[in-house]
Amino acid sequence: MSNENKRAGAQKSSGLNTEALKDLLFRVADDSLILAHRHSEWTGFGPLLEEDIAFSSIAQDKMGHANALFKILHEKLGEPNADAIAFGRTEDQFKCCQFVELPNGGYDFSLVRHFLFDASELIRWQFLQQSSFEPLAKLAAKIQGEVKYHVYHAQTWLVQLGAQGNEESRILMQTALDKAWPYALGIFEHGAAEGALIADGVFVGEDVLQSAWLEFVTERCAAAHLTIPTNTTAVLGGRKGYHTEHLKPLLDEMNEVFRIDPSAEW
Amino acid sequence: MAIIVSLDPRVTRLQIQADPEVTSEPKPDLDQFQTYEVFHQAKSGAHHTHVGCVHAPNAEMALVLAKETYGRRGQTTNIWVVDTGAILTMRAEDSDVFETTPDKKYREVSAYMVRNKVEDYKKRQQLGTKK
Repeated sequence: MSNENKRAGAQKSSGLNTEALKDLLFRVADDSLILAHRHSEWTGFGPLLEEDIAFSSIAQDKMGHANALFKILHEKLGEPNADAIAFGRTEDQFKCCQFVELPNGGYDFSLVRHFLFDASELIRWQFLQQSSFEPLAKLAAKIQGEVKYHVYHAQTWLVQLGAQGNEESRILMQTALDKAWPYALGIFEHGAAEGALIADGVFVGEDVLQSAWLEFVTERCAAAHLTIPTNTTAVLGGRKGYHTEHLKPLLDEMNEVFRIDPSAEW
Repeated sequence: MAIIVSLDPRVTRLQIQADPEVTSEPKPDLDQFQTYEVFHQAKSGAHHTHVGCVHAPNAEMALVLAKETYGRRGQTTNIWVVDTGAILTMRAEDSDVFETTPDKKYREVSAYMVRNKVEDYKKRQQLGTKK
């Protein structure tokens, strides 16, 4: 089979590059799933009752986004069902960025990560509303309100603890920002077929997303009296299946019940 | 020293000493944030109904937290938060101002026997049209 034929074989009738599309969906879904799990680790331990409820709700939203993306992968792109995808893969098959798998640490780091990641998510889903892949565009329109609230929640805390708190809280937030920044840049690591996604009109690409995000978070951080670190290098690898030592224990814990009986009805 | 091993792995990770002799330091008095009263609107144009309160350091934070505390289930179109201290209320010992003497029935709607009169009128009208 010639290369030309192979490529044609990989495409569906929709005319989109299916492998590139799947790679994008896995990247976005895995980010949501893993960060949802990290957020859910705060349930019952939140700094105040109302915040515990809000943060847990946000975790549930993110789990829902991952589920919706896994459903598209299953129903439109021939992947196994959502449970099998979420719980049945080994760590090297996950496409999440390393940022989302880092342990929670204190609430300072969790909030800063929540802010930096969700800002990228908000803008990513705004771009995806124009996606040529219709199921993705529809999902983007459906969840935009949830994602908007997540960012509103995150940036209100950022300003509260950065600009309106005391010097101790500002330093905690700044330290967390310094630690998070190189990992946050890793959100925008290119997927396996970035060019195909852009050419097909599925997504504008990580570079466009990154510059829109940088503008957004720079403005918000300034309002919170926080300084964005300079001279940092992005931590890459997650999109290619290379992860920190923290992902495997997370997956083991998340999959524990599923592994007892993978065919059980929930 | 043994640590508490819980079914919840998050508790186990906290490395809490299992020895009952070892007690943690007493906690200082809790520093609670002030409260904001929350008013929930279920649909556009409806009244905002008081549903409870949230603790928060300021109104903005109160609104962010009230959204999930009171707006995450069922339909919500809007939420108000109001500083609890901004609400002027009667003192409990003054509740007697709401009491009223029983011989002022004429001030109450139920004292007017309009219904009977209306029904009589309707009856007469019906009889009239039949004729």
